[in-house]
Amino acid sequence: MKERFYKRDVISILEFNREDLEYLFDVCDKALRYIDKKLYLLKDKVISLAFFEPSTRTRFSFEVAAKKLGADVISFTSEEASSISKGENLADTIRMLDSYSDLIVIRHRLEGVAKYAAEIAEKPVINAGDGKQHHPTQAMIDLYTVRKLFDTIDGLVYGVLGDLKYGRAATSFIYGLSQFKPRKIYLIAPEALKAREEVLEMLKNKGIIYEERNNVEDVIDAIDVLYVTRIQRERFPDPMEYEKVKGSYRVTYELLKRGKKELKVLHPLPKVDEIEYSVDISSYAAYYIQAKYGVPIRMSLLALIFGAELE
Amino acid sequence: MHLFLVLSLSEESTLVVSKIKNGTVIDHIPAGKALDILAVLGINGKEGYRIAILMNVESKKLGKKDIIKIEDRMLSVDELNIISLVAPRATINIVEDFSVTAKHRVEVPNYIEGVLRCPNPTCVTNKRAEPIRTRFRTISKDPIKLQCEYCGTVVIWDEIPKLIARKR
Repeated sequence: MKERFYKRDVISILEFNREDLEYLFDVCDKALRYIDKKLYLLKDKVISLAFFEPSTRTRFSFEVAAKKLGADVISFTSEEASSISKGENLADTIRMLDSYSDLIVIRHRLEGVAKYAAEIAEKPVINAGDGKQHHPTQAMIDLYTVRKLFDTIDGLVYGVLGDLKYGRAATSFIYGLSQFKPRKIYLIAPEALKAREEVLEMLKNKGIIYEERNNVEDVIDAIDVLYVTRIQRERFPDPMEYEKVKGSYRVTYELLKRGKKELKVLHPLPKVDEIEYSVDISSYAAYYIQAKYGVPIRMSLLALIFGAELE
Repeated sequence: MHLFLVLSLSEESTLVVSKIKNGTVIDHIPAGKALDILAVLGINGKEGYRIAILMNVESKKLGKKDIIKIEDRMLSVDELNIISLVAPRATINIVEDFSVTAKHRVEVPNYIEGVLRCPNPTCVTNKRAEPIRTRFRTISKDPIKLQCEYCGTVVIWDEIPKLIARKR
C-alpha cells in the first residue's frame, strides 16, 4: 500500500480511495506517538512552501511537520514576497522551486493551480488549497478526526453547513466522505451559497444519499457530525453579494442541545462569527482537536511520499 | 477570399451553390449553428478556401438545418470530433473529383483540448501569461456535458458556442 503514496502528487482528495485514506490514517496513529519528538527521516530533503494566499494553520502545520521529520523548509507567504510581483509567471516560479527543492506545497487563489504546478514540476506537488476547489490535506485531517471521535466514518449522518459554493474545505470534506459510506449528508447553505453543480453531480454518480437544506435548525436532531465553515468573503466577485448573506447562519449552544448527545462540531478554521463562543468550551466542539491533527496527518503524508517509515 | 454566404434558402434554391470538386461537406448541422462550427474549426475565411454556408435549409430529418461546404480542405479526425460539440448529429462527406469518397458521423471525444475557454473566471486556464491549454473531460455525451480538468466547472451543451476560443 505504501508504494501508492511514493512520489505522488496530492491534488484532490478524490484521487485517494478508501484504502489509501485508511492506510494514511493508520500511519497517522503511529505519527501521534512521535509528535513530541524530532525525527531525521527527511534530513536530506528540502520542502518548498509556496503560499500565494494567506494561511495560518496549513502553512505552520506543514512547516512543523516537515521540520519534525528533519527536512529543511523554504517558503514565501504572498505574491508580493515572490518575483510574481515583478511579472514572473507561475510556470517559471514553479520551475525554480522544482529545481531548489524535493517537494512543493502550494496554495493559490485560482482553481487548478496545483494541478498546473504538478504538470510542470518533476517533484511531487501537494495542493494546500486552490481557490474554491480542493484542499485535500484538510479533508484528510477532517476524516481522520471523525474516525478518532467515532471509530468509524461510515454509517453516520453528516451536516455540512455554510458556504458550500466558495468553500474549498467544505467541498473537499464532501468529496472525502464520498469515498466512504455515510448514511446521509445534509448540505445546508443559504440559497446563494449552495453546493456547486459538479459537487452534486459527483454525489449522484456515487450514489451518496444527500439532501439540500437552507436551515440547520430543521435537521439538527438527525446529525452526528456537523461540519461548519465560514462564509468565504474573499472569493465573492461582488462585495454586495457578500453583504446579503453575511451572518445568515449561526451555530449556538442552544441549537446543539436540541441535537444528539454525541453530536460533534467540526470546523476547518478560521472561524469568524458562525459559531457562538459558548460552543468552544462545550463537549460538542471538536475543532481544536481537529486542528491539532494537522501536524501528524501532514507528517504521515510527507513521510509516505518520500518513502520513509514511521514505525 | 471566396466566401458564399447563402441565408434562409429553400432546398431548391440551394442549387445556386455549385458542387465542390474537392473538399468537405458538413451536413445535418442544427439550424443556426453553422457559424459556430466554423469557429470551433478555427476557420475565419481568411485562409483562402472557398466556403459556402447554407443556413436554415429545409430538412426531412431536422426540419431545418445548416450545411457547410469547404473546398480544398480535408478535416482531420480531431476536427471532426470537435464538430460534435456543436452538432452532435452532423455528417461529414469527403468529396474528391465531385464524388463523395467517404462519409463520417461525428463522435463526441472523451477529452477536448484548447478549443473552449473555461467559463470560470478564477480557473487557472484564464490566467494571463501562462503557457496552459484548456482541457475538458466529457462526462456525458447525450446530452453533452463537459468538465474542466483544472477547476471542475461543468459546462452544458447550450453554453458551448459562447466558450469557443481556440486557445491553440
